[in-house]
Amino acid sequence: VTAARHPMSGGLGGRLAIPAVVLLAAIWMLPLAWVFAASFKPNEVLMVRTDGLLSPPFTLRNYENLIGTSSLLRWLANSAVVALGQTALVLVLSSLAGYGFARTSFPGKRWVFGFVLAGLAVPEQAILIPLHRLFAGLQLHNTYSALILPRLAAPFGVYLMTQYFKAIPREIEEAALLDNTSRLKIFLRIVLPMSLPAQATLGIFSFLTAWNDYLWPLVSATRPDMYTLTVGLASIQTNFAQAEGIGFLMAQAVFAGLPIFIVYLFFQKYIVAAVSGTTVG
Amino acid sequence: MTVPAPPPTAVAAPAARPARAVQRLTELPAPGEQRWTNGLFVAPFLVIYLLLLVVPLVYGLWLSLRHADLLGGTSRFVGLGNYLELWRDPIFLGAVRNTVVFVVMTTPVFVILGLALALALNRPGLLAAALRAIFFGASVLSVTVVTLVWRLVMMPDHGLFANLWRDLGRSPVQPLAIEGLSLAVVAVVTVWWIIGFPMMLFLAGLQQIPRELYEAAALDSAGRWRTFVAITLPSLKRTVALVIVIEVVLQFQLFGQAWFLTLGGPNGSSRLIVQFVYEKGFREWQLGYAAASAQVLFALMLVGILLQMWLARRREVTP
Repeated sequence: VTAARHPMSGGLGGRLAIPAVVLLAAIWMLPLAWVFAASFKPNEVLMVRTDGLLSPPFTLRNYENLIGTSSLLRWLANSAVVALGQTALVLVLSSLAGYGFARTSFPGKRWVFGFVLAGLAVPEQAILIPLHRLFAGLQLHNTYSALILPRLAAPFGVYLMTQYFKAIPREIEEAALLDNTSRLKIFLRIVLPMSLPAQATLGIFSFLTAWNDYLWPLVSATRPDMYTLTVGLASIQTNFAQAEGIGFLMAQAVFAGLPIFIVYLFFQKYIVAAVSGTTVG
Repeated sequence: MTVPAPPPTAVAAPAARPARAVQRLTELPAPGEQRWTNGLFVAPFLVIYLLLLVVPLVYGLWLSLRHADLLGGTSRFVGLGNYLELWRDPIFLGAVRNTVVFVVMTTPVFVILGLALALALNRPGLLAAALRAIFFGASVLSVTVVTLVWRLVMMPDHGLFANLWRDLGRSPVQPLAIEGLSLAVVAVVTVWWIIGFPMMLFLAGLQQIPRELYEAAALDSAGRWRTFVAITLPSLKRTVALVIVIEVVLQFQLFGQAWFLTLGGPNGSSRLIVQFVYEKGFREWQLGYAAASAQVLFALMLVGILLQMWLARRREVTP
């Protein structure tokens, strides 16, 4: 969303609004800033007091412990495998299906499309228990397949790609169709390259969803070595003990939040577009 | 987004017009002739969709009609027995009440604060962009990072909250451990986490207001307040409605914040519907009963989603 000057932004109210929002933003940042600062303080100090964080002593011990003793790196790797795998598969499946629905015709297309769109209304909680039984029956829990597969059935990507492909002018394909080029070739060589902006939006959306997913991974990955970062961080909290070291907990919070924050900084434009229901052109 | 994993419909909402999409597909014949081989494009997704969404959905409905206790190893058909039991279960009714209270507490905040932020930050410049990024930034964090941060903030004696409270000269309190307050703290954390989401929806709505409307108002030398009431608010009516519906649907699915902050306590005062499903299904392994409670949640959300589609359609009728 790019902001154009709004007629409401001038005047006294407009001038007062920004300082007020700056103040609110400072309050908003305070919890994160406090945790970030505390993560660089020795644990012995934090056990006594957690104010005055900006004065020494500082230490990197909490982060050293994190690399040495915790499973955070393993969980980070699991999250990366799951999020990247899921994103790649969502893009492939959604692009193919989106093209099929938007640009080709086959018997019963209208009904199949309506049937798929109806799935948009199904929340994950409604199928959580049966899905868990199915994967248990197949003995797939605690595998990457179990963590990746269920989200592939969500029709959002298909819906998004269908809308996008429909907006591409028909003339582009018609010449190729007259030449008797196969549908698959047209899709791969002509239409797919044009859809990069939509791929980016859907890709970043899928990645964030997969990375932050917790309900399904919480019930499916029960072995600590198969936790994703989100579930791993949950396990730290269920045995929440200050004795474990406040500084260590602070460092884990920072470490776990950082990767996705970096992703956000790089892809902000696409994330905002995905959220406000548009694509970046 | 995390956005806190919004339901797909919620994300697509501003553009989502499934009913019309179906219609348009048939109106506008795609290039090329009709061939069944074209269906192969759709087939891979369709197989996954059938196996991992449609089959579980039907299986879940079937389970909800059975008394299926995994630990006891029993499974028999009970018809609507589970649903009748839910209707009389004080724990379930408490969870429904808590969820409704939570939605009623947070939705006005999302609308009013989200709109206020959007109005203040709908301007060019680096400062406004940075502020937008700050308010939206928290919503990409996963729920467990958010709750870990806030559990540290709310730590007794040592937390940021305890420090500030002490600086004010008050005797120590632990809001998360107080029955009347724990749900309110969960609400505060939730607002902190995803306020950027309604803000972005309002920003998108503000930018769709035609400039000519404001120019006309300026020619009439209408005051700022008058312009706001006569032009901005009426133009945002549908966005407001959309934000309300999206938030209601989203917050009905709330689980993580309450679970990781309070475990639903103290004394069940912050137990929500999804936690009930989780506890019955994955702690007590009463699969039929849990599946039935999930169907109730599904039904409640379906009402919200239908409302959302109706709003999206109405928007088209009166552009």
